Amino acid sequence: MPATAAPTTTRRSVKDLRLGETGTICCLNDAEMALKLLEMGCIPGTRVTLSGRAPLGCPITLHVDGEYTLSLRVSEAATIMLKD
Amino acid sequence: MARAAVIEKPQTLGQEVTTGNATGRHTRIALIGNPNSGKSSLFNQLTGLNQKVGNFPGVTVDRKTGSAQLTPQHRADIIDLPGTYSLYPKSLDEKVITDLLYDQAASEYPDFVVVTADASNLKRNLLLFTQLADLQLPMVLALNMMDTAEQHGIQIDVEELQRQLGVPIIPMNARKGVGVTALKIVMAQELGPPTQTFYEPTEELLPMIRQIRYYFNLHNDYLALHYAHQGDRLRFLSADDRAYLAELREKYHFDSIALQAQETIDRYARISELLLDVVRVTRAERNESTSNKLDRVLTHKVWGYLIFLSILFLLFQAIFSWAAYPMDLIDQGVAWLGGQVKNLGKGPLIDLLSDGIIAGLGGVLMFIPQIALLFAFIAVLEESGYMARVTFLMDKIMRKFGLNGKSVVPLISGMACAVPAIMSTRTIESWKDRIITIFVVPLMSCSARIPVYTVLVALVVPDEKVLGIFNLQGVVLMGLYLLGFVSAVLSAWALKTLLRAKERSFFIMEFPVYRWPRWKNVGLTIVEKVKAFVFQAGKVIVAISVLLWVLASYGPGTALDRATQQAQTEAARQQLTPEQTENLVASYKLENSYAGVFGRSIEPVVRPLGFDWKVSIALLTSFAAREVFVGTMSTIYSVGQDADMSTVQDKLRAEKDEHGQPFFTPARAASLLVFYVFAMQCVSTLATTYRETKGWTWPVLQLVYMSGLAYVLSLLTYQLLK
Repeated sequence: MPATAAPTTTRRSVKDLRLGETGTICCLNDAEMALKLLEMGCIPGTRVTLSGRAPLGCPITLHVDGEYTLSLRVSEAATIMLKD
Repeated sequence: MARAAVIEKPQTLGQEVTTGNATGRHTRIALIGNPNSGKSSLFNQLTGLNQKVGNFPGVTVDRKTGSAQLTPQHRADIIDLPGTYSLYPKSLDEKVITDLLYDQAASEYPDFVVVTADASNLKRNLLLFTQLADLQLPMVLALNMMDTAEQHGIQIDVEELQRQLGVPIIPMNARKGVGVTALKIVMAQELGPPTQTFYEPTEELLPMIRQIRYYFNLHNDYLALHYAHQGDRLRFLSADDRAYLAELREKYHFDSIALQAQETIDRYARISELLLDVVRVTRAERNESTSNKLDRVLTHKVWGYLIFLSILFLLFQAIFSWAAYPMDLIDQGVAWLGGQVKNLGKGPLIDLLSDGIIAGLGGVLMFIPQIALLFAFIAVLEESGYMARVTFLMDKIMRKFGLNGKSVVPLISGMACAVPAIMSTRTIESWKDRIITIFVVPLMSCSARIPVYTVLVALVVPDEKVLGIFNLQGVVLMGLYLLGFVSAVLSAWALKTLLRAKERSFFIMEFPVYRWPRWKNVGLTIVEKVKAFVFQAGKVIVAISVLLWVLASYGPGTALDRATQQAQTEAARQQLTPEQTENLVASYKLENSYAGVFGRSIEPVVRPLGFDWKVSIALLTSFAAREVFVGTMSTIYSVGQDADMSTVQDKLRAEKDEHGQPFFTPARAASLLVFYVFAMQCVSTLATTYRETKGWTWPVLQLVYMSGLAYVLSLLTYQLLK
């Protein structure tokens, strides 16, 4: 089940992206949060770019699939794991 | 592939389309789509000024309905549903949609739905579309924002998309009205259900789905699946029905969360596949950079906050200075009308009309310019996409105080009116954040306080410029708003430490691209809000004005006659002129009227705050609604004062204390202002809090807390400044 993949400590998440860096979503490790993220288009395999950070470091903006921008908190971004 | 010509004309393909409805038939149409997909623009284009705002049964979600003339013979009732990303509701707002669409027996059940989708963001917008299609609802897809898609180099083969989706598609640009006529023509026809399905429930779910279909007599597998997912949350199901669904879920080991996640993933896969033949992106690098460039400034760590503060400052200057001109006109117009009526003759009816009804109406009409300006600002900020940036800038700061970036919009709306502001907290998913926001929103200075502020500030603060440009009264007004804001934030922080619910709060939301606001949308928002103020608040205000006039004109037993005699004796002793005698009689009469008795009975309680019995009456009537204060003051003084003084301010300025000094000293005015900043004096707000929190705990706490705060702080203000 993609929504409940086992978290590994070495895996990077969207939270670890540098500004302007792009990654590919591998899985979402929080089942409840995942439902919202999936609806908003954060599907495993989608490419996301960290496009902005609020002045105080949180929340961040994420450009999804080159199409639209989401705004989310760092704690929420931490549940979106990236492919190596 | 992409052909620009295709975009222009509507196609009806793969549908059994039959024209010709009986004349005068009313079709019920629901409008549904993602947030930011141009749904409101389309609704405004279709209905214009024929809109009504009500409530959905049992909940306070705004229910916008309107009627549209589709063809000369065919009118349709259109209901605008809240924006949503899917049919699995994540908020109270979105729940309204499932309650409406899943209950085929409902009287409101639509004949068909119009789905709006943002063409520049088609993949995500089609998720909701495919869910609706699988419910086999007759529908048409309004493919909106074709111009934006084109600018982004996205070309859509509409004919092919229509074939793939199995419903009529109208390419359009709702903001500019392009495609609306074509859409109306399709909407006037009888639409069939979509010819395509997009998701099949898995094999092992079928036995359960069959049972649900049989039990509830449903025509559709996907609808039955949603009953299984959402049975507990569908308002129209009975307790027995819910128990039955719970039993089935247990029996078939139904894992709702995992199934939902898998469904969404499967749908996206299907959508990506079908879009391969439909969408072609010609320019690889799209001009999303305009928005990004703007964001670099508007969400900058220094400029971002400075710009936000400047916008707020501009807002207050606008409300205070620009609105003054139309307000003066309205004020003078009402005074003139009252004078004309008085010239008609004498008698209780004439008095009731001029001092009761017309004075009360004046109190309502006078504040239309300010309310219109405020909502114009809020509408422009929302429409342009800037409000999402404010949320983004403020989230971390707000969280420190137990609030949420999403609390900023309710707090800012609270400056217009706490009632819609409290309703708008429904976008906050976390219960604790939401309760805290609801609790502190009424501390934000709402437009109903503007009248009180305006009158009192102008009374004691000189109309001067500071630093050459800023109006001093405007600066003081902003100070009052800041006082409200600071107290809201500090109260939130206090509540955060008291409420210990450990629960997660979600923030994720779409960051819309910047857009020029459509003035038509802004205009319709203004009309809607002003109408709500005039007809809802206005009714209360006029009613209370009339009640007050009665209370001020009649007294217990023969008290008034005795007061008249006393006054005449006193006047004769002092050898007053007939005019002075009349004033003295009026003032004696008011003192002995029901209103006077009432005011005097609570005077001891408010005397330490610097208020007399006249102010007491205004405080009491303000508990129905704050804006009544000014109407009350004008009624009280117009009954007891010289009729030539037409404006409220002049009346207040002329008021003398027992030593013959002006009654409204800076200390008294400041104390009264502080009282109005903090006191919970709004029955509508309490009622809204009750509905939104489903109980009396929070409204009662709000009332006690805010009134207590108001009393203590007013007391301190008066005693320190006296």
